[in-house]
Amino acid sequence: MIETSINIILFLMLVVTALAIIRMDKLFAVVMLSGVFSFLSALLFIVMDAVDVAFTEAAVGAGITTVLMLGTIALTARTQKKSPKFQLMPLLIIIIIGVALIYGTMDMPNFGDLNSPANTHVAAYYVNNSATDIGVPNMVTGILASYRGFDTLGEVAVVFTAGVGVLVLLSGLARRRREDKEEL
Amino acid sequence: MMYEHHLILRVITKIVVGTIILFAFYVQFHGDFSPGGGFQAGVIMAVAFILYGVVFGLSKVKQVFPVWLAHKLMALGVLIYAGTGLVSLFYGYPFLDYTVFDPEHPTHGQHWGIWLVELGVGVTVSGVIVSIYYAFASRTPHISDEDW
Repeated sequence: MIETSINIILFLMLVVTALAIIRMDKLFAVVMLSGVFSFLSALLFIVMDAVDVAFTEAAVGAGITTVLMLGTIALTARTQKKSPKFQLMPLLIIIIIGVALIYGTMDMPNFGDLNSPANTHVAAYYVNNSATDIGVPNMVTGILASYRGFDTLGEVAVVFTAGVGVLVLLSGLARRRREDKEEL
Repeated sequence: MMYEHHLILRVITKIVVGTIILFAFYVQFHGDFSPGGGFQAGVIMAVAFILYGVVFGLSKVKQVFPVWLAHKLMALGVLIYAGTGLVSLFYGYPFLDYTVFDPEHPTHGQHWGIWLVELGVGVTVSGVIVSIYYAFASRTPHISDEDW
């Protein structure tokens, strides 16, 4: 009962934040509100007992992303351009996609359903055996680093590649090299 | 001094940065007992330096955490991770089988393996996040407070 009311309040606050983001044109406030949005989703994850995910959401979604968005609006503009007139086409596309997404969730298993595919295959094995196989109290760490160690290696490689990509695009190394050559 | 006016921000930042770094180490090395792990720890570690950079300016933080170090850490973490796998391959176990670190007590071996692998994740993530922050912030000219 308490959990349900907390969930309802958090979801209401999420919706209010999203509406406020749409209404604003000062991008600084929009960035701050998207940080608030991330924090609210982190709270929702905590209520759902996904503490590790909540941790990541709070650190990355509310922390790093906000700083990077601030950096971006410092490079571009600080107020949103007003769109000239009311446009029907984008609204239609959004409504159709939204209805399709809601229709898609009808087939999804309920939250915490014991018979859902996620809970019937390998998850049961992990829950039963991770204490004896790995001996680490935090099962999430056990799964990520040991059972699925190879996947996590791939993820680290992806993070590395993303970092290299941003560096190649933004750090201006190529520009600096070119200037050096021109000086020579 | 350029940042003379942000007195409270500067004092609070100086107090908080050390605590954030300590918390990052806690999340890093306690991740197998409590929520968190290498990824979150790497982000928190990076946040400490980003906060320092935001308050004291980019040139100050680049003296503490040089750009070349951030770039090297990105690759070092992946190497630690993959190297852990290569060690187990070298001793005749499957890739990333942590039994190699303590064949008589497999769970101890798992502990060591997870410790090393999470260290690799944390090093890469903190390097990447700080590098991305540098890449973004270095392009911006200094903004006066009134512009916000």
